[in-house]
Amino acid sequence: MKQPLLAFNDKGIYCAQANVYLDPWRPVDNAIITHGHSDHSRWGHKQYITHHMNVPIIRHRLGDINVTGKDWGETFTINSVKFSFHPAGHIIGSAQIRVEYKGEVWVFTGDYKTEDDGISTPYEVVKCHTFITENTFGLPAFKWLPQAEVMADVNNWWAQNKAEGKTSVLFGYTLGKAQRLLKYLDTDIGKIYTHGAVENMTEVLRTMVDFPPTTLVTRDTKKEDLLGSIVLAPPSAHGSTWIRKMTPFVTGSASGWMAFRGARRRRAIDKGFVLSDHCDWQGLLESIKATGAEKIICTHGYSDIFSAYLREQGYDARTEQTQYEGDEGEAETKTPTEVSEEGGEL
Amino acid sequence: MKNFAELIKALDSSNKTSVKVDALTEYFRNAGDTDRVWTIAILSHRRPPRPVNTTLLRMWATELANIPLWLFEESYHIVGDLAETIALVIPTTKEHSDKSLTEYVQEMIALKKKPDDEKREYLHTNWLALNYYERFVFTKLITGSFRIGVSQKLMTRALSKATGVDEDILAYKLMGDWDPNRISFQNLVLDEKAQDFLSKPYPFYLAYAIEGEPESLGDVSQWSAEHKWDGIRSQTIIREGQLYVWSRGEELVTDKYPEFNNFLGIIPDGTVIDGEILPWVDDNIGTFNDLQTRIGRKTVSPALLKKTPVIIKAYDLLEWNGEDIRQKPYEERRQQLEQLYEQVKTFAIPLQLSERITFDSWDDAQREKQQARELRSEGLMFKRKDSPYLVGRKKGDWWKWKLDPFAIDAVLTYAMRGSGRRSTLFTDYTFALWQTNEDGTKELVTFAKAYSGLTDAEFRQVDDFIKKNTLDRFGPVRSVTPKLVFEIGFEGISLSGRHKSGVATRFPRILRWRLDKNIDDANTIDDLKNMIPK
Repeated sequence: MKQPLLAFNDKGIYCAQANVYLDPWRPVDNAIITHGHSDHSRWGHKQYITHHMNVPIIRHRLGDINVTGKDWGETFTINSVKFSFHPAGHIIGSAQIRVEYKGEVWVFTGDYKTEDDGISTPYEVVKCHTFITENTFGLPAFKWLPQAEVMADVNNWWAQNKAEGKTSVLFGYTLGKAQRLLKYLDTDIGKIYTHGAVENMTEVLRTMVDFPPTTLVTRDTKKEDLLGSIVLAPPSAHGSTWIRKMTPFVTGSASGWMAFRGARRRRAIDKGFVLSDHCDWQGLLESIKATGAEKIICTHGYSDIFSAYLREQGYDARTEQTQYEGDEGEAETKTPTEVSEEGGEL
Repeated sequence: MKNFAELIKALDSSNKTSVKVDALTEYFRNAGDTDRVWTIAILSHRRPPRPVNTTLLRMWATELANIPLWLFEESYHIVGDLAETIALVIPTTKEHSDKSLTEYVQEMIALKKKPDDEKREYLHTNWLALNYYERFVFTKLITGSFRIGVSQKLMTRALSKATGVDEDILAYKLMGDWDPNRISFQNLVLDEKAQDFLSKPYPFYLAYAIEGEPESLGDVSQWSAEHKWDGIRSQTIIREGQLYVWSRGEELVTDKYPEFNNFLGIIPDGTVIDGEILPWVDDNIGTFNDLQTRIGRKTVSPALLKKTPVIIKAYDLLEWNGEDIRQKPYEERRQQLEQLYEQVKTFAIPLQLSERITFDSWDDAQREKQQARELRSEGLMFKRKDSPYLVGRKKGDWWKWKLDPFAIDAVLTYAMRGSGRRSTLFTDYTFALWQTNEDGTKELVTFAKAYSGLTDAEFRQVDDFIKKNTLDRFGPVRSVTPKLVFEIGFEGISLSGRHKSGVATRFPRILRWRLDKNIDDANTIDDLKNMIPK
């Protein structure tokens, strides 16, 4: 039998012909990386290749690594296999990886969303034969509202909290979600403060995108100054001692999981905003259709359910086990120790 | 409907009692009269009867969502709530509906008798006319169980704030058997009418558990003690030749226990007794399992009446000679009760006195508590002799001192996702104990299910284990590699023909995760059977 162009092994998604891995989860020699989230760009590879916007992000997270940056659509060939990056719309720099060999085209999405968030380079449909897709929110229960509507809700919530003399603490993932929220916060309402983890990452991204000014919450920050302001923090800061400084405060969280009442209540969050950096159900189905692919491989998320549905729709679909956890899934799947490490910069 | 949906949303989006009370108060101030009555009814579990069964609901919802039924079921297992799943999968349109809560509820009442095709048409039209949250609330009204963290007490407090009617009086008014379709807000909440109160029970006074040892209660001589019987807490009302029996869940259960009709003509009118309904088998208190055979039945066969008769063990007297005596000291009420008992005990009526324990020291009490299991009680109750009968759970005058639970080490074998706030995690577990078969092989036999007792962090770790150690899936249930051992606590135990293990346990829950034990250290079914009181 012919060797598939990309195969799933215990280290990652492997291209034998080129001897490279896509988003490997164990240390390898050559890694092609979709984006900067920690489950996709891991520590310990000898050589990283990624879109150039990811380079400062990955360097910020992993230190002085050997990394090469590429442009959108720039083809690079390794042992006759052609690789290129195409926008995935998930976060800044996030890319799909197109792999072509002898006329056969595979695309690996990493994480993606179809809505243009105004920060990430918008998702681009890439025609292919085999499409390797994430399914983080691959259930018909997930339907996103337009970003503008959600952000209007966020700003109303902030203004109302301010009117009640309270500080708004808004949780969003350090890389991606926090900046997406920041970009559309209405600075006429008040001042935007940040948790250290968010501040540092935002600083890295400011070279590429314009964001409203932020102020880091430090030991010297006065409680009175925080009143009526909004504070952007990673989800792991919830319930920490750091947050007590904000009292009286109201908590909000922005994530696709907030679509479920149970998810919000389980985290004891006051207000949930359904805002995701992944595709919703329709988004997944439409992008799959648009690629023209006949073979679909489902990676992380509700892959079993989603691939069963695709098979019913006539696709040749299957599930492969990976170790991608999904940024928005973090509180769902990470162990408590991992979560607390994430919020280490308190 | 819009206002009601917004109220539910507000109640559902805060964990703070003050925010919930404010939202309710605001609603009660502004809503229309019939909507207010229905809101009180719905929040106190007086819903209209379910007009459509859930099988049809699922089918019709999937039609509208254009997804296969299996995919709906998978989504439901993950979302954890049927109404929420339906609301999520159905598309939102630009339409809207101005119908009030009352109109919707009345349509639902009428819907029950309609043929299926009309029901389907009604649901499809209305699902599409409502926004996401209204659709959720609308579907919740159809499916039942409105659990949004609003207790009757919290609602009563808000209603009191909105109307100025005293909170305790309101609690009393809202109890019992009223029909939201016939009663006006004026009549239900605002009017004061004595004749309406004939069947009305008093709010129950509930005890807090003692923290630590009873020594902290101070001087022994100020306290009265009795056993805490393990049946159904009840209030028996005899007024104007009528009998009413209420359970603590504010359910009128008079018809379920016809043996209490014998009280009429013997216990005088104008009497209200606080007591425990208990099974009485072979001249002794039966097990809670015995009582289970009576609880679910609306009508009782003569055979069952003979097999498992019930009695009331009287704790307290709340009304005497038609007078509310709750403000009198416990000692005085109790003596009146004992006098009453002396007068009626020669008649063959199913009333017994919950005997008071004589004790001169806390050590005496400790000794008495040790006999509790043998006597089929759950432990002891301490009541301050000079205390009035208060409303609800209040600290200070009444304390329960429960036995430590039974405990056994068992192996986690199956898991299911939780519901509500735990719907994204596997938190409902099945536990097994070892059984040695005739051929000498050992196998794990299921004995109990439990879904509480771990911290959120522990639940996340166990959830992670389950996801990585799934052996097989049966719908929502996963079988997992037997590896984790937990100490399971339970309150009662008895032999049972309906359980695979041959044993039924009461209130099983996780006491702690035994990380120090492996599955070979878990207990056996025989160990469990040895715990059954002889």
